[in-house]
Parts: sequence; C-alpha cells; structure tokens
Amino acid sequence: MADFNIMELMICVASRELGNGHMASVGTGAPCAAAMLAQRTLAPHLVIMFESGGIDPQLTEMPISVGDSRTFHNAVIASGMCDVMETCCRGFVDYTILGGVQIDMYGNLNSTMIGYDHSKPKVRFPGSGGSNDFASFCWKQIIMTMQDKRRFVEKLDFITTPGWLEGGDSRAVSGLPLDTGPYRVITNMGVMEFDPESKRMRVLSINPGYMFKDIQDNCDFEILQAPRVFVTKPPTEAELKILREEVDPHRYIIGR
Amino acid sequence: MVVLGEGKGRLFTDPDPDKARCFFRNKSRTMENKLMGLSEAIRGFVHDGEYLAIGGFGANRTPVAACHEIVRQGRKNMGFAGHTSTHDFQILSAGKVFNRVDIAYVIGLEAIGLSPCAKEYIQSGKVEICEWTNYSLSARLKAAAMGVPYVPTRNMFGTDTFKYSGCKIAKCPFTGKKIMLQPALYPDVSIIHVHEADIYGNARIKGITISDNDLARASKHLIITTERLIPNEEIRKAPTSTSIPFYLVDAVCEVPYGAYPGTMPYEYFSDEDHLMQWLTVQRDPNKFAKFLKRNIYDCADHAEYIEKNGGIARLNELREREFLLHREAENGGL
Repeated sequence: MADFNIMELMICVASRELGNGHMASVGTGAPCAAAMLAQRTLAPHLVIMFESGGIDPQLTEMPISVGDSRTFHNAVIASGMCDVMETCCRGFVDYTILGGVQIDMYGNLNSTMIGYDHSKPKVRFPGSGGSNDFASFCWKQIIMTMQDKRRFVEKLDFITTPGWLEGGDSRAVSGLPLDTGPYRVITNMGVMEFDPESKRMRVLSINPGYMFKDIQDNCDFEILQAPRVFVTKPPTEAELKILREEVDPHRYIIGR
Repeated sequence: MVVLGEGKGRLFTDPDPDKARCFFRNKSRTMENKLMGLSEAIRGFVHDGEYLAIGGFGANRTPVAACHEIVRQGRKNMGFAGHTSTHDFQILSAGKVFNRVDIAYVIGLEAIGLSPCAKEYIQSGKVEICEWTNYSLSARLKAAAMGVPYVPTRNMFGTDTFKYSGCKIAKCPFTGKKIMLQPALYPDVSIIHVHEADIYGNARIKGITISDNDLARASKHLIITTERLIPNEEIRKAPTSTSIPFYLVDAVCEVPYGAYPGTMPYEYFSDEDHLMQWLTVQRDPNKFAKFLKRNIYDCADHAEYIEKNGGIARLNELREREFLLHREAENGGL
C-alpha cells in the first residue's frame, strides 16, 4: 500500500465521486484539488466552474482565490456570478464540494458564527458566500471536513447552508429544488452517506486505520451505519503521483 | 401574492423602483469629460452615511486605491455590500468606515485566513448585520438593474441565513411553488476598477465580470478607476468590448495598478507576500497602526503606496506571475 497522508486520502476519495462528463462547482483548496485530480484520472470531461464566473478553465496551476486569473485560465467563458449560479439553479450542475465549521446529522452546515445571539456572536465567521446557493441548486453536495466533536454537533449554532434540514421530506417541502441534497461527507476517518428515508447521516466506509468507534467517538450525535460498511479504498500510486506532481506540486493543500 | 415567511433582517436600502427612477431621471446623460483625481472623486461622490458597494471579488479586480482613499478621507457610518469582500473589507474595517453591512462573505481572506481587524470590528457590536448569500446579493443588484422591486430565486430556504436576511417567501402564482424574493439593492455609490475607459466613462472589463455589470447599472453614483485611459474612437471601434456605458458613470480616475496588491486579470497577479504582511501585522494593534500610517495615511496616493512596497520591480514580478512566465522558467522554456 502506498504511503499517503489524510489530506491526500480525502482528496482522492472526493475525486472518485465526480463523474466524467458532469459539472462541478468548487471553491479553492481541497475541493478544487479533488476536481483537478478527477480531470486527470477518471473524469477528463468534468466541467469545473467557479462562482465568480470562470467556466471550464484549464487548471495548470491551482487557484488561490475563487476569483483569481487561474479560475478562468484558457476557459471556455469568463462569465459572472449570476450566470454560474443560474446554471446551477437550472439543474445543469451535478456536484458541489463544500465545508464548514459545524455539521449536523442532516448535513446542514454552519460557516456563519459560534454563539447564541446573532447580534453578539462569540466568534464570527465569513458567512455563506456561495455555499448556501450551491447547496440549494446543485444535484449532489459533497462535504469535506475533518472529524471531531466540535464540528460534528447535535445542533448547529447557525444553519448557513441547507442539508436535509430536519430530515425526512423537510428539504423537499421547504421550497428548495426537488431531488437535491447532501450526498457524501468525506472526513479523515471515513465516508458518510444519508439514510434514504430519515436522511440521517450514516457511515458508508471507514478509512484504513480507523474503526467505527473512532467515528462515533468524534461525533456529538448518534451516527448510523449503512447496511454494508466498507473499507475506504486508499489512494493508488497513480492517483498520488498525479496529485503530488501535477495538481499540488507546492503542497499548498496536501502539505497541511 | 401571499407572503409565507420573512427574514428579520433590516433592509439598509429602499427597493422602491419608482424612487430609483426619479433619481435616474435627473442623472446627466451628457457625454462629457468626467476625468478627475481619485481624491476629488471620493470627496465628490462618497459621503458619510451613504450605502457603498465595491466591485470585483475577493482580492481580484478590486479598487484598492479607492478603498485606501476612502479610509484616508475618514468616511464614517456608511452601509456596505459585503459580497465576497475580503481585502477591501479589511481596509474599510481598519478605517471603521461602515456601521451596517449586508453580509454574504466578509472577514475571511479565502485561503489566507480570517482578518483579525475585520473580525474584531464585526464582533464589536458596533456594526448592524443582515445575512445574505453571494447569489442573493447578485440577484438583488440584478433586480435593481432591471428596475423592478425584487427577483425570485430558489436559495436560502430552511436556513438561518434566510431567518436573518431581508428576504420574503411567497407562493408562486404560476406553479404554486415557494419562491424566495430578493429585494432590489440600489447602492448610493459604487466603485469599479476596470482595464480601460475613455474620459466619458465608457469602460471595458476583461475576464470574469462577477456582478459588476449589474452593479454598475444598479448604482445611483458610479466611480470608475481604470488601469489606462483609451480614446473614445477605440471604444466605438469595438463596442462589443464595452461593459459599462458612459451615462452610468460619474467619475473616471486613471489609477494604474489600482487593484494592487490584488490580482488584475491579464495585467498583474496578487502580491501574496504583501497580503500576508497585512494579515500578520494585524495581530499587534501597535504595529498595525504604524502599518496603516505608513501604507495609507502617510501616502499621498496609490503610486506612493506601491513605491513603498517594491515599486516597478515588484510589479514586473507580479506581471510575470500573471502570465505564468515563472512556469516557463521553471520548466526551462517551452
């Protein structure tokens, strides 16, 4: 088995979820690395788009900002925020990859604040940015985050970005586009999916070196198990070579 | 139309399209020379208490020179549209320029981290906040640009982002589905940095436009800062290249490298070292005060600021970086 670190594993796992000929809205960092790796492995025809307007760029170098020149380097169109978000809202965009400071059992995300009083937050974070929009519009949300009890909480301090809301059919009746919602949660310890009925998070595969107990111990809510729980396939030599030499040669992301 | 729910956030601007029409009715349509210095433009069109919006996205094609000038002139109590506002937001926070903000994304500097001075200012309780998303603010500008009171969208349902926003939920009269109504946002004044403009304000943006086409049309007053001036004949030879027509514009300021230390597409890449310096120096209030004095308050203009931080040699490095010439060097040529 190849030697790899946890960030490399998470990026490889996320990249395998992105289908060839599909479209993905991403930000910078690990989500962008996953999309770039997918294009160089299983999904050469994956269309990558950035909310600031870059669509299908040739990502020879990892962008450092969602609006920098790399996000539309040799792109097919340099467009704008409304065009990208409306393309998502029309149902064209298959995936988005998101993160947050807190996540609950329904895949709702908080990136706004810690505390109880909105007007006097204990800690203020940036807010939604495009996260709420992508999670509302893209067919499948993939969430990448490190796993600990402070992040995987029973109740979010603030629901910035919609997951399955309160579970069951609550997302469908809320007014959000039908058949959209969280699909995978990729952490350092495992990969989660959501129960088709209750929409509660459940473990689909466990990363090499971890046990189910580790995942539960690092999660403040009761986490379910899928009918069959797998061992996450570790990165292959080929994936690691491309990731290290082409996607992130300066180790901006995989060196974290 | 039946209203099914509403956010509790306060609207900082009036979405009434007829009031906006009255304003635009009286705005000059004369194609006249609007060229002026940046300090004159800020003095003339950016006033205490008004609502301000800044073009670009993050530290990309952001009118940094104009943000410095606003801080230098000591503007206060402004409203602000925080639409992925990163370096501009920390500059304006350092000057405590605003006291109310529509937040889609602020404080964060994307991959670099969180701005301590912006975070502290927002957490101080001195700033009134209303929550939005990036698309919501873009849609609100689009509604204003359309001259209508709102546009419907399908984001924000079921979240606290909606609960603390100024949106309303209604039942669609055609489909019976729930729709989110985004109220029009007409900024009192906006500043957009562009690649080229003539003296009348006809302006060209290269690369992604983000929300700036709608922002230009939604704004009551508009200041254009431009990398370079070009003759009006150039504009008329290639009208498909025009992003912003002259009648939207109140002032044209020629500010070469006006987005430094941010990225200006096809011109220069961001100065990550200097942006990192901005971040680290904020952790010590005394050092930060000295830093602001050196880089903003004691600078006559943007040229002096750039001169203090590496001047033309640094700008040439950033130009090489923008055109990926460093990669050709790394690869030993093509």
